[in-house]
Amino acid sequence: MDCRHNLLRRAGLFVFSLLFAVLTTEGAARAASKIKIVTSTTDLAEFASEVGGDRVEVESIARGYQDPHFVEAKPSFLLKLRRADLLILVGLQLEIGWLPPLITQCGNPNVQLGAKGYLDASQFAEILEIPTTVVTRGMGDVHPFGNPHYWLDPENARRIARGIANKLAEVQPDGRAYFDQRFQDFSNRLTEAEKRWNAEMQPFRGKKVVTYHRSWPNFLKRFDLISAGEIEPRPGIPPSPGHTVELIQMMRRDNIKVILVEPYFDLKTPNSIARETGGQVVVMLPSVGGEKEVTDYFKLFDYDIGLLTRAFKATP
Amino acid sequence: MRRLVFLSCMLLLGSGFLFGQDGDPTQERLKALEERIATLEAEVKTLKANQPAGPPEAEAATSVPVSAPAAAPEAAAQAATVATSTTPTPLPVYGGASAAAKILNPDISVIGDFLGAVGRDPNRSVPTLEMHESEVGFQAIIDPYARGDFFLTFGQEGVDLEEGYLTFTSLPGGFVAKVGKMRSAFGVVNTLHNHILPWTDRPLVTEHLVGGEDGINDAGLSVARILPAPKDIFLEATAQVFRGDSGSVFQATRRGDVLTVGHLRAYRDLTESTNLDLGVSWARGHNDVGTGFRTQLFGADATLRWKPLRRAIYHNFLFRNEFVWSRRDQLDSTQRAFGFYTAADYRLTRRWTVGGRYDRSGQADMASLTDSGFSPVITYWPSEFSQIRGQYRFTHYADGRSGNDLLFQFLFVLGAHGAHPF
Repeated sequence: MDCRHNLLRRAGLFVFSLLFAVLTTEGAARAASKIKIVTSTTDLAEFASEVGGDRVEVESIARGYQDPHFVEAKPSFLLKLRRADLLILVGLQLEIGWLPPLITQCGNPNVQLGAKGYLDASQFAEILEIPTTVVTRGMGDVHPFGNPHYWLDPENARRIARGIANKLAEVQPDGRAYFDQRFQDFSNRLTEAEKRWNAEMQPFRGKKVVTYHRSWPNFLKRFDLISAGEIEPRPGIPPSPGHTVELIQMMRRDNIKVILVEPYFDLKTPNSIARETGGQVVVMLPSVGGEKEVTDYFKLFDYDIGLLTRAFKATP
Repeated sequence: MRRLVFLSCMLLLGSGFLFGQDGDPTQERLKALEERIATLEAEVKTLKANQPAGPPEAEAATSVPVSAPAAAPEAAAQAATVATSTTPTPLPVYGGASAAAKILNPDISVIGDFLGAVGRDPNRSVPTLEMHESEVGFQAIIDPYARGDFFLTFGQEGVDLEEGYLTFTSLPGGFVAKVGKMRSAFGVVNTLHNHILPWTDRPLVTEHLVGGEDGINDAGLSVARILPAPKDIFLEATAQVFRGDSGSVFQATRRGDVLTVGHLRAYRDLTESTNLDLGVSWARGHNDVGTGFRTQLFGADATLRWKPLRRAIYHNFLFRNEFVWSRRDQLDSTQRAFGFYTAADYRLTRRWTVGGRYDRSGQADMASLTDSGFSPVITYWPSEFSQIRGQYRFTHYADGRSGNDLLFQFLFVLGAHGAHPF
């Protein structure tokens, strides 16, 4: 009996020591001063880095060349989330298929919905395509709160960066001046870049394009371009022969030559449409990191606008 | 603000003009003025960024949708945040004038599982056509500390609470606890609802050793925590205590006949597209022979996944193996049975998936009787929210008889069904 008691006591002591070690190790790690930020996409990571500078550590869950609707909720992301002080997400149900289970499973109270470290960036941005009629799945995978691809407008980038700077100042009040100064610098550089981008896009204002998915409303609106249709018959529904034929006829009729495709979609249908219409497929990047050289938000727009202007010039 | 900027600009231009009247309009001064205007423009943009975003003019007037499926609580809360903190836009609530009250309702979903069969199987009878299961889900965040998930199933034999549990998400120390009725964390397949399975049925090893379709599914408590591990390795331990009643596998006759389940999971990304997921499980409880007669289950699982990130919706591959050892006390002896399945699935295109499974398992109460079989499976996805599946199932039973089934299944999702864990 004594032996059994001893064994139980030792086992209890072992479990207690293990638990204590685990908790204290993690507590020490948390004491580091940098704000640990996890973002759902690379663009939000970019904004957070811009305003957070060396006072933050930022990691993105999705890669820039990945479809942000269909990220897998891998356990390795839990390792990032469980230590985060701040989670920044796109919202508007863009991440609904993968982020909620990660938040539930991560065991981090900081990033739970409504907690101080949960920041939905959509609250800062101008949102387009908010449905005004009955929404059903018959319309495809429609986002009932509006189009979540809102970061592709420099003005929204500025607003989101401002929102993040304010949140960072809330988390680390002594850094307010630093974050404000970083934001101001980002905003000024953005203003300069916008002049360049506007000038490059000026000759093509009013042009019509076809897109694969409805990823570009904010981008198109910013540069006065018009979306004439999508290759997907409805959001999230793969291309169908009937819809493709209709699209080709419409493009021929309206002399539309440029087709925008995200890097994660198959090019077979866009290429065949381009062949039929004498058009050009442009693999535009919706996110930072979509290609190796596109390492920040400025390079993202430089890259996309470069491709787009070349395509417009090549297909007069 | 615009007026202020306009006045500033006019003042600057005006002063420039006056200087011009003096007869000294130098290029430098004009340049300085231009720079000043540019600076003011930048300041205006910055100030605009500090202000909340207004809705686009077109949408602002008509941005109240009439009706929509129940939205996720996260999204609902997001919408509330948007409306209160940034825009004068009315809350985007759905369903008419009384919708403001409904916005706090849980997400509601219904999943239909229609099953049909042709062929002959002497031991497993599947009706020619049946509405095999209708799963109704209610999911919501309860308060800042917990969320609730309920799944009711309507089948051929009536209504059952498949799962109904509370998850505490904000516990200190990184713990995640669940309380309620839930599928236990034993292995992989046992944790999955029918509509998540890549087959129309469950493997033989599940049917023989782990409680069949319902599996180890009981009322209890669960605590999970991510453990410290070498860099980039995800290690999670789960400990669960249940009442002790799970179909034919475990049965409690006294209050103390609880069932305990433990699971250890190790996961690592091998590359950005490939990952390896390993698990070991253990379950111990009393069986239907009577008090003092125990069943112990040991499980091991290994899953290799490949999904190229740039083409994730078109191609992926999954290779999964699960092994179960059962040790069951009976009146005359202790039966030690073993079973496993090995399965693979490959997504050919955005809409087509093919796969197959090999099964082999002894029977829990008579370990010497081993059944085996295989199943090729093909699935068509009209959209994310529906699947049409066909499965040929061959089973060779220990008594020498064979089963040849052609099973087909229609799965469809209505409403907002929350995403499942990976």
